[in-house]
Amino acid sequence: MAATQEEIVAGLADIVNEIAGIPVEDVQLDKSFTDDLDVDSLSMVEVVVAAEERFDVKIPDEDVKNLKTVGDATDYILKHQG
Amino acid sequence: MAKLKPSKGAPYARILGVGGYRPTRVVPNEVILEKIDSSDEWIRSRSGIETRHWANDEETVAAMSIEASGKAIADAGISAEQIGGVIVSTVSNFRQTPAVATEIADKLGTNKAAAFDISAGCAGFGYGLTLAKGMIVEGSAEYVLVIGVERLSDLTDLEDRATAFLFGDGAGAVVVGPSEEPHIGPTVWGSEGDKSETIKQTVPWNEYRVGDLDRLPLDSEGNVKFPAITQEGQAVFRWAVFEMAKVAQQALDAAGITPDDLDVFIPHQANERIIDSMVKTLKLPEHVTVARDVRTTGNTSAASIPLAMERLLATGEAKSGDTALVIGFGAGLVYAATVVTLP
Repeated sequence: MAATQEEIVAGLADIVNEIAGIPVEDVQLDKSFTDDLDVDSLSMVEVVVAAEERFDVKIPDEDVKNLKTVGDATDYILKHQG
Repeated sequence: MAKLKPSKGAPYARILGVGGYRPTRVVPNEVILEKIDSSDEWIRSRSGIETRHWANDEETVAAMSIEASGKAIADAGISAEQIGGVIVSTVSNFRQTPAVATEIADKLGTNKAAAFDISAGCAGFGYGLTLAKGMIVEGSAEYVLVIGVERLSDLTDLEDRATAFLFGDGAGAVVVGPSEEPHIGPTVWGSEGDKSETIKQTVPWNEYRVGDLDRLPLDSEGNVKFPAITQEGQAVFRWAVFEMAKVAQQALDAAGITPDDLDVFIPHQANERIIDSMVKTLKLPEHVTVARDVRTTGNTSAASIPLAMERLLATGEAKSGDTALVIGFGAGLVYAATVVTLP
C-alpha cells in the first residue's frame, strides 16, 4: 500500500537520523537537506538509496539534485512510489 | 590436422611479493586551496584526504614503476630474469607507443619478458592480476609482474573544486607466481559502458590537433588547458558504494568464503566516504582491517590497491598469509574484485 505524506516524512526522518545523526523531530517538510540537516551531497546519495528501498521508488541520479528539501523528496516519493 | 602439444602451467597462482613507490613531494590540502575556493575541513569531510604525493619530472611512469617493481621482486625472493611477463596498468603515460611496459621490463633486467600496457582505469590492478594468473596457470610465464602506476597530477584540473584535491601519483607492483594451492580467487569483473560519461577525460587528444578553441578546455585566463579527469560525483558514489558492494559479495561467494573469513579489505582508494559506506553496506565484521591509504596518498587509480597493500604490510596492520578482498572500480565504468592471500 502506498505511504502517506506523514509516513514518508517519518521514514525520511528515520533515514536522516541514521545517516547524519540529526534528531528525527528536526526533519520537517521545509528543511533543506544541505543547509539545515547536515546532509552533504554524498550523504544525500545514501538517503536516496535508503528511501528507494523503504518506499519502493526509483530516484535516478539526474533527479537527486532537484530534491533540495524534505518536502521536495516527500512529493517525489508520493508521486513515484510503487 | 596437426596435433598440438598442450601448454603446461602451474596448478594455481599467488601473489609472492609487493612493492610501492610514492613520489617525494607531499602535497597538503593547503596547496590545493591556492587555486580553489574550499577548505581543508571540506576536503577532509568529503574525501578523507589530508595529503597526496605529486611526482616531479624525474619521477616518470617508468621510473616509479621500476622502483616499485624492484621492491616487489626482492619481496618475492626471485630474480628479474625469472619474470616472463610485465603488465602495466595506467591511464597517465603520455607516450602511447611503445608500451611503457617494455622499457620497464628491460630496465629491470628481465630476459625479454612479454610486456604490455592495459587501460582499465581504477580497476586496472584487478584486471592485470587476472591476466597474470591466467598466464601462469596456462603456462606462458612462470612469474608475472603486475604494475599499477599513475601520474594523475598531470590530468588534474587544479581549478575544479570537485576534483582538484582527489588525485595523486605513485606506483604499486606485485609479483605473481606459481602455487600448489589456490591463493587468488575467481575474479568477478565487468564493464558498464552505458555509464562511460560519469568518469572521463574532458577532451580526447585529437581535439588539440583540430585546435577549435570552442571545444578545448580553457583556464580562468583563457589559455588552453591540458585535459583532465572529471566525474559526476553523486552518480559515481552511488555506483561505487551500492553496486560495488554487490560485486564484492559475489567475489567472496566465488572464493567460497564469508566476510567472517576475511582479515583485510582493500578497496580502490577513491574516497574514504566510499570506503566507509562500502564497509557498512557489506556489513564487514569489526576484526577486518580496512585499507585507508587514501588519507595520505589520494586517489592513484590503478596504483591504489597495491600501494595500500604494501602499506598495510609495512605497518604491520596486515600480515603475510592474511586473506584479503580487493576490489577496483572506476572509469569505463569497469570493475574487478577478487579474494587473495597477502604475500
